[in-house]
Amino acid sequence: MSVPLIAVEHLTMRFGGLVAVDDVSFTARPREITAIIGPNGAGKTTVFNCITGFYKPTVGRLTLRGDKEYLLERMLGHEIGQRARVARTFQNIRLFPGMTALENLMVAQHNKLMRASGMSVFGLLGLKRFRIAEADAVEIARRWLERIDLVADADRPAGELPYGAQRRLEIARAMCTEPRLLCLDEPAAGLNPRESAELNNLLVSIRDEDGVGVLLIEHDMSVVMKISDHVVVLDYGRKIAEGAPAAVRDDPAVIQAYLGTDDEALDA
Amino acid sequence: MHARLPRMLKDSAITALVAAALGIFIVGFRTYDVGKGLTFDYQFVDLGIAVVTIFFGRLGLLLAASGLRWPAFLLGTVLGAIGASPLKLPSTFLHWFVVFAGVFIILRTIWPFIDEAAAKSQRSAAGASLKQAGAKWFGAALLLIAVVLPLTPFADQQTMDLAVLILTYVMLGWGLNIVVGLAGLLDLGYVAFYAVGAYSYALLSTQYGLGFWTVLPLAGMMAATFGLVLGFPVLRLRGDYLAIVTMGFGEIIRLVLLNWVDLTNGPAGIGSIPGPTLFGAVFAENAPAGRQTFAEMMGVPFNSNQRLIFLYYIILVLALVTNFFTQRVRRLPVGRAWEALREDETACKALGINPTNTKLTAFAVGAMFAGFAGSFFAAKQRFISPESFTFIESAIILAIVVLGGMGSQIGVVLAAVLLIGMPEWFRDLGAYRMVVFGLAMVLIMVFRPRGLVSHREPSLRLHPVHRRGSA
Repeated sequence: MSVPLIAVEHLTMRFGGLVAVDDVSFTARPREITAIIGPNGAGKTTVFNCITGFYKPTVGRLTLRGDKEYLLERMLGHEIGQRARVARTFQNIRLFPGMTALENLMVAQHNKLMRASGMSVFGLLGLKRFRIAEADAVEIARRWLERIDLVADADRPAGELPYGAQRRLEIARAMCTEPRLLCLDEPAAGLNPRESAELNNLLVSIRDEDGVGVLLIEHDMSVVMKISDHVVVLDYGRKIAEGAPAAVRDDPAVIQAYLGTDDEALDA
Repeated sequence: MHARLPRMLKDSAITALVAAALGIFIVGFRTYDVGKGLTFDYQFVDLGIAVVTIFFGRLGLLLAASGLRWPAFLLGTVLGAIGASPLKLPSTFLHWFVVFAGVFIILRTIWPFIDEAAAKSQRSAAGASLKQAGAKWFGAALLLIAVVLPLTPFADQQTMDLAVLILTYVMLGWGLNIVVGLAGLLDLGYVAFYAVGAYSYALLSTQYGLGFWTVLPLAGMMAATFGLVLGFPVLRLRGDYLAIVTMGFGEIIRLVLLNWVDLTNGPAGIGSIPGPTLFGAVFAENAPAGRQTFAEMMGVPFNSNQRLIFLYYIILVLALVTNFFTQRVRRLPVGRAWEALREDETACKALGINPTNTKLTAFAVGAMFAGFAGSFFAAKQRFISPESFTFIESAIILAIVVLGGMGSQIGVVLAAVLLIGMPEWFRDLGAYRMVVFGLAMVLIMVFRPRGLVSHREPSLRLHPVHRRGSA
């Protein structure tokens, strides 16, 4: 058994009297797709927001293993992306709509380019060192545009792209930060079956070729069952099941959470 | 006839009535100073003509809006002809007013066609490349005009004075464009940094005898430091809240300058500030001891215009440096991060971009250019007081940026020429000058709600335009 990429231990998040996430623990391994599923309001996105630093957890420890151990709950929002290298996408797409697809991918490589531009000094002087770094960054962006089939639209404002393309671009943008862990919040929402199948291939290639651990919130069970290696089920902020997709699918507690309790079934 | 005509006539009548009610005291009566007091003069004919014009103007607009293009066009032409005809209307302004109403209706009639044609050209790749090339040539032509202007016969003192003023605002607009246009931080207190730059030069030159060229970078640094210090606590606020707090800071700086009499001489201001020198030569009729005048150095007769032309070139170079810097920085990671921050701060955070640092750099860089402009202002005016740095200055600079189209460099130039130049050109219209000015502003905002130049050129392209245009 390999070392987990991220270990979530006893995560609890309270908003006033409301307990959105209640003592949830799970791990996700590198080079695996870990799906977090559950009915609406189960606390999935709250878990994501804690991991990526948008919320400070009330209780709990979030350990990410990279070149060293990062305690995510103690880091500031942007440091989690910059140092621990956790990237995320959003449930409602958050691209930079006025900037082109290519520019979106360049912004994602900000920290690397900022160092190469010597905090802008080398860049202002137009030194070769910066120009090479920039050309490399454009090349990385171009490769990602190829993978998501958007090369022809590279110079169009991201906000003008079709919905499915925006979803793919947001994933590519997250990947351009060279993350260790990629958190995707409902990437298949609003996609048609064909786009959804393409997304599956993209996520599998991110796992297998780029070797990135993926944490996935998804409602579309066809996506979850087909590509995830490990599934965590939340309901009312609690973890009710965890395991391989097939095992989770047959778990009575999961069926109950999704389909409701049948009185006779309870009695039986 | 058209079924909606009675409704339109009623609507036009109401509009005319409202205009009459509003105008009766503004236009109908005019106060005259007759030596020992004020007396009234009645101008009801003017008012009548204006109200009738407004009635037909409103009718024309309604006709055009409901698709009756030809009657509207006809009405516009008739109004335009009446205004332009040698007919004796009581004042020149009324001629202008009637002509304007006619032209406006005609514009409204043909606007949908223009709009459609413009949208079509924008959609095609050839149109986009044409636009890019056009913008480039337009910019180059403007630059050429700016460089040769002082050498042309138009360059009398009045023109040069206005040109220097416009260029100062162009520079301030370009500086604020970094903060508002690129980074999306609504700053209503920009004039504070302008004041810091101006007082830096005024104090360092009058107290310590430092020259303009020594103080210029110091003033920039000083203003940038103020930008950092003020920016740090306020930049966690967003949108409207940031605007209010920056406005407050702008006023605080002014009040400090007003009340710290020991340092700034308070409301009396600081006078006899030395002007900038060229290789040590001063621009004056007689040089102070140990100095040389420019006229002596060059062996030409003294002319008071020399100083003005010299100032003109200084501010031109300063403004161009600001522009060059902005163009360059927009293509750097930090510039792209500014724009990304304007678009979506949350997404920036998720990508590991430090929002506080990024905003602070934008704030400080913008402040630095205001500092440069401020020390130029002090050197030009030779006298400064807190009165030059009121909120209205911030508002004008912001108006230039917004009117030009947020983030557009060439838009700032056009807007500065319009906003600063127009009130000067319309001086002939006397009291109506600000009315025309306001009207022009309203028109621009109606027809170009995203500013004069709303096109955004990407900071870099994967496919260069000319290739796609020919394909």
